[in-house]
Amino acid sequence: MKTMIKSVRGALLAVAALAVAAPAMAAGEGPHIERQQWSFSGPFGQYDKAQLQRGFKVYKEVCASCHGANFMAFRNLAEPGGPGFTEDQVKVIAAEYTVMKGPNDDGEMEEVAAIPSDRWPSPFPNQQAARAANGGAYPPDFSTLAKARAVASGFPGFIFDIFTQYQEQGPDYIYNLLTGYEDAPDDLDVPAGQYYNPKFIAGQTLAMAPPLFADGVEYTDGTPTTVEQYAKDVSAFMMWVAEPKLEERKRMGFRVMIFLIVFASLLYFTKKSVWRDVDH
Amino acid sequence: MAGHSNYVPQSAAAKWLESRLPVISLVRGSFVDFPTPKNLNYWWTFGGILFFVLIAQILTGIVLVMHYTPNTALAFASVEHIMRDVNFGWLLRYLHANGASMFFIAVFIHMFRGMYYGSYKAPREISWILGVVIFLIMMATAFMGYVLPWGQMSFWGATVITNLFSALPLVGEPIVNWLWGGFAVDNPTLNRFFSLHYLLPFMIFGVVLLHVWAFHTTGNNNPTGINPKTKQDTIPFHPYYTIKDLFAIVVFMILFAYFVFYIPNYMGHADNYIEADPLVTPAHIVPEWYFLPFYAILRAVPDKLGGVVLMFGSIAVMFVLPWLDTSKVRSGTYRPLFKQFFWIFVAVCVGLGYLGAMPAEGGYVIAARILTTYYFAHFLIILPLLGFLEKPKELPASISEAVLSGGGKPAGAVAAPETK
Repeated sequence: MKTMIKSVRGALLAVAALAVAAPAMAAGEGPHIERQQWSFSGPFGQYDKAQLQRGFKVYKEVCASCHGANFMAFRNLAEPGGPGFTEDQVKVIAAEYTVMKGPNDDGEMEEVAAIPSDRWPSPFPNQQAARAANGGAYPPDFSTLAKARAVASGFPGFIFDIFTQYQEQGPDYIYNLLTGYEDAPDDLDVPAGQYYNPKFIAGQTLAMAPPLFADGVEYTDGTPTTVEQYAKDVSAFMMWVAEPKLEERKRMGFRVMIFLIVFASLLYFTKKSVWRDVDH
Repeated sequence: MAGHSNYVPQSAAAKWLESRLPVISLVRGSFVDFPTPKNLNYWWTFGGILFFVLIAQILTGIVLVMHYTPNTALAFASVEHIMRDVNFGWLLRYLHANGASMFFIAVFIHMFRGMYYGSYKAPREISWILGVVIFLIMMATAFMGYVLPWGQMSFWGATVITNLFSALPLVGEPIVNWLWGGFAVDNPTLNRFFSLHYLLPFMIFGVVLLHVWAFHTTGNNNPTGINPKTKQDTIPFHPYYTIKDLFAIVVFMILFAYFVFYIPNYMGHADNYIEADPLVTPAHIVPEWYFLPFYAILRAVPDKLGGVVLMFGSIAVMFVLPWLDTSKVRSGTYRPLFKQFFWIFVAVCVGLGYLGAMPAEGGYVIAARILTTYYFAHFLIILPLLGFLEKPKELPASISEAVLSGGGKPAGAVAAPETK
């Protein structure tokens, strides 16, 4: 009996210690990420087409010189749930780029204008070339990047995330990173080719120079041309590149939930009716 | 099973079939006429829920395989192809990935239910042991499935877990190389994991049939833990439990759908959207959430071999659980002390799960050691002792009596059948 009481006490103490210590320990992990408002968050979230088009422009004119988007085809830009370009617009965009095709009947590889079914051409022929041109760092591909970065919410945040349907860790992180560059503190020795950014997930400095500058990309719809706006737009665009079926998913989800809830209610009353004569 | 059927074939075709292969009476005896205790609560619906999830996983998996390519150079791209270009491919993949988590949520509840109500005790030891076998195959299947998308966590998780076998003295290194089919996790590893990931679910299905056969031979346990004594204590499986299980399955589907449609990547790890790179090690290598308690036990031990032994021991101990629990009373409802220790045990398992997700350093390691010790103490010390020290409450004379007296509930809770 005594051993039991002791082990109960031990276990309870351990659990209590955990509950107290956990938030304190979890708080120290990763940079602090300021969560943003996104049009695509929540159960009815949808992409803002104008924002995706602006983000695409930022990507095309700034990011795409180093970052590929291997799994994105030009045709995706005209597909439902995306930036909403028309097919003719996509043809024009694709034609601005060339891709290697072939071999043709003469056995030659040809550089031809891209068509909508082509994938977005990579800025570098291979990873080694990308590293060589970027001081040894490989600019990651954008295809899945917005789902591949997440700063842990810690305890108890990760439980709340279930109920708030928080799935925007990626764009939040990217926005914070793009707007997070600042002068390094005096006591920090920033190596050549590195830039100080306290929001960077894997260290204090990274090889990417601050990519965005005010008025660097022209917006024709009157949206402010600030670094914050560019960062926000391109983060949203990257989320779409990573999760192009988000709108379809959430729309279908709503219908499925309604169906299941109605079906479950009907089954509940059916069950009650079937069991009405059984003492149980 | 078949013996429970009071089916008499009527049509000529049914008579013809029944005299050659009594499959109709077999199915009727098992899932229609089967006498089931009438007091099963909703914790008992998780068996049916698990069967549903197993079938859902097999069906979505079969279609995913039609579009997936098991090759280190193509696997990641083929998964993205499923997500982007295959009709409803995103739905199939999210159903399958979240389905694995749902499978484990349901199986953990199912196992805890068995522990609370003493479903492992005589004469149901074989059902319980087959259940632990299913759990082991499930873990192997889930682990190999997680490797297939060939993301960073796939690769590094596979590397860490297969490396565990290198802890074995003498044969460790050759075994690991044999598992890998080479000197590192690479294309041969991916191919064999894919093959086994397709094979094992059908083995699970087979063991599930044995599991059901076993407890249909002994009869279901029930919340009172006492055997049905008269016909009044049981009801036919259909329509009573078919409708109850179906209702529970649909409610479970709501939870499932919530994850699939609204937070499909919640259960996953962001790093698995980065293609596997053997030259870049992620900052923290974390297994899927359902392995975390076992991962915590593994890391709690300073010695590698010791950690591996304890981790496998944490599951092996469940095989002998029927003989570790010395109490004659099955149901926790009538065991006041056991009840408290049961809930502490649940809390310890959850705590181990949390610690498995945290880095193995400082206070986390100390906490993991305490909880690991408690985990084994529960099986090896507390359960054997409780049988001798505890004074169980008086058992009801029959299931019907327990039901009519409210089954431990206040007397007022017993209402007219129509209002229940």
